[in-house]
Amino acid sequence: MNTATTIPSESQASSSKMLVAMVGIGTLCALLIALVYEGTFDRIAHLRAEALEAAVFRVLPGTSTTIVFALTSSGTFELAEEGADRVVYAGYNDQGALTGVAVEAAGQGYAGIINILVGYDPATETVVGFYVLQSNETPGLGDKIEKDEKFLANFSGLDVSLENSQLKNRVVPVKSGTKANPWEVEAITGATISSRAIAEIIDTGVGEMIPLIHKHQQVFQKMN
Amino acid sequence: MAAQDDIRTAGTDNMSTDTFIKGLWKENPVFVQVLGMCPVLAVSNTAENALAMGLATTFVLVMSNMLVSSLRNFIPKQVRIASYILIIATFVTIIDYAIQAISVELHKSLGAFISLIVVNCLILSRAEAFASKNGVIASLLDALGMGFGFVIGLFSLGAVREILGNGTFFGMGLFPNGFQSWIVMILPAGGFFTLALWLLLFNIWKEKRKPA
Amino acid sequence: MRNTTLHISTSPHIRDGITTRVIMRNVVWALLPVAGFAVYAFGINAFLVIVTAVASCVLTEYILCRWSGKAATIGDWSAVITGLLLGLTLPPIFPLWMTFVGGVLAIGVGKFAFGGIGYNVFNPALVGRAILQAAFPVAITTWYPSFLEGRFSEISSSVLAFPFMEPTVDVVTGATPLSAFKFEGVQAASSDLALGLISGSAGETCAVIILLGGLYLAIRKMMNWRIPVAILLTVFVFNGALWLVDSTVYPSPLFALFSGGLMLGAVFMATDMVASPLTSRGVVVYGVFIGIMVVVIRTWGGLPEGVMYAILLANAVSPHIDKRFQNRVYGTTKTVAL
Repeated sequence: MNTATTIPSESQASSSKMLVAMVGIGTLCALLIALVYEGTFDRIAHLRAEALEAAVFRVLPGTSTTIVFALTSSGTFELAEEGADRVVYAGYNDQGALTGVAVEAAGQGYAGIINILVGYDPATETVVGFYVLQSNETPGLGDKIEKDEKFLANFSGLDVSLENSQLKNRVVPVKSGTKANPWEVEAITGATISSRAIAEIIDTGVGEMIPLIHKHQQVFQKMN
Repeated sequence: MAAQDDIRTAGTDNMSTDTFIKGLWKENPVFVQVLGMCPVLAVSNTAENALAMGLATTFVLVMSNMLVSSLRNFIPKQVRIASYILIIATFVTIIDYAIQAISVELHKSLGAFISLIVVNCLILSRAEAFASKNGVIASLLDALGMGFGFVIGLFSLGAVREILGNGTFFGMGLFPNGFQSWIVMILPAGGFFTLALWLLLFNIWKEKRKPA
Repeated sequence: MRNTTLHISTSPHIRDGITTRVIMRNVVWALLPVAGFAVYAFGINAFLVIVTAVASCVLTEYILCRWSGKAATIGDWSAVITGLLLGLTLPPIFPLWMTFVGGVLAIGVGKFAFGGIGYNVFNPALVGRAILQAAFPVAITTWYPSFLEGRFSEISSSVLAFPFMEPTVDVVTGATPLSAFKFEGVQAASSDLALGLISGSAGETCAVIILLGGLYLAIRKMMNWRIPVAILLTVFVFNGALWLVDSTVYPSPLFALFSGGLMLGAVFMATDMVASPLTSRGVVVYGVFIGIMVVVIRTWGGLPEGVMYAILLANAVSPHIDKRFQNRVYGTTKTVAL
């Protein structure tokens, strides 16, 4: 006895029967998905916004509310609409004063793209906070960029002051223990490549955004 | 093949316990059938991820098995695979939303592998080999057995990888400070090593049990 | 009629008197000066690491032979070579427990999982090291300067780290010439490299002694000289071409030759008799492949050193090289052979 003979040879189903079956199952499935989507939509949106806000609060100390702004094609900022790309997050404290602007940036790390969020304070012209949104850096090694306190200390008061609408001093990585200037990023021993990547992302990715934010900082202030 | 014989006899008489038990051990999807290796290797880096992935797969397996079984006389043979995939994809989408609603963190760490449950051959193989030929209750038991077997497999890998690779178990530290973690274990390569180790143990055990 | 057993086997049918045992013993002789220099340069720490590596390889081989019921293959010295090579590729202050784990993995995964001596697809010592590199990337890149004072009297606490515990590094660590070049753009003098006056893993420092050992084996026909020659020439030419294009970005070919594990890898590891191709033409292709991979990984890869991965990759393709570059069967024409 083998499997082939035990399956009864069915007569060919008519195409109308097939059509009914597929449409029936399709409708049923669509209904199920729609129900679940409706049921979870609010909560998912809420959780997502919460996660993003939590990240913004981390990079902008003292922040209690955030407003999302989008970069327009003319290089100015306005309140972001749903689905806008190239957005920045302005943070405000309890009194409604601007605490800084959080900028997202990405670049090549040791293993894949690193996504980071950087808090910029236009008043002091410094980076005030840094948070890794997503990375695939080697656990225990490259991912020290997320945890190493000495490394993270680089990003409270990293000098990004401007001169002629450009960074006066480029953000550069230096070897551990040799940081001499406020615009240098002290690398982690044993995670050189990942640390350098962060410095480069800030230098190029964020460095591009900073002059624009600085130039239009009244826009962010005015909103409150 | 032993597996096929079981499938045909199961669900007839008082085989329902066997229908459930066989997935856990004798036909364990990970260690015996070696099915669904993509999530087994990729999402078993911590015990928590492994458990979440296993349970998500079990949910899809149970729901799709039951629906396929109850619709088995309605689905024409020619379009059955398309129907199964449609049903499986539906439940994968549902669990995807559900996990996002439970925790964004968890959804991020499971990542693309939730959507990839669609192509987990374990689920399609149960739909085709079992649910399409058996009643709803038997299919439910079969799915539960196979699902928990899958959870056991994933969890065995996840536990070993998390303990060695991170020094923790479900995020709790197990060792005194200064434990040297075996970083390779949380990297993809560690999945292959650990799977090989478990398969080796499983086979040694089977050899020993075999009557001489 | 005499009662004889008829042996049926594939070629080779004609053997000379040299047994595996004799060859392996000679490889050990050739490796001993390298190990000796490593101990001289790095002191008691390197000695402990090398001895532990050898001991764990031999012990694992013994236990696995007993377990699998195979004839013991300890006597053929091959486990000793694996241990020596493993010890020589590790940093001199590598924790002993990790070294031990490496030896177990080298023999267990690199050799016995494939069926023991004569069946290993990869060089077992490199398999052990590759797993260690993936498991303990920090410890395996913690280098130690050579010729420190007190190197014969002080044991580093890193070496004696308690099993499964993170090592604490109590000494000044130094960058290898390759990582110094890659991350800081400093190029060490080639003469220092050739004589081993640099930091690095225990055995990758003194090129001259390694070359002498290789020469001894080549003269005694116990090593295929084409492999190291092909590797070293390829690296020299490829790196030289890059250097001619832009000498500020790419290192000089001499630096490339004498830095890192290239010498040790080319002479003692790529020449693994089982994992390398059989024919003369195949061997040259194999060597050129390794040479190109070494330069590619060093120049464009994320890691400063790539000899280990280059050799492992070449080990993996060597059966295919053998298939493609077979010797013409005697008496047939070219078209038939291919």
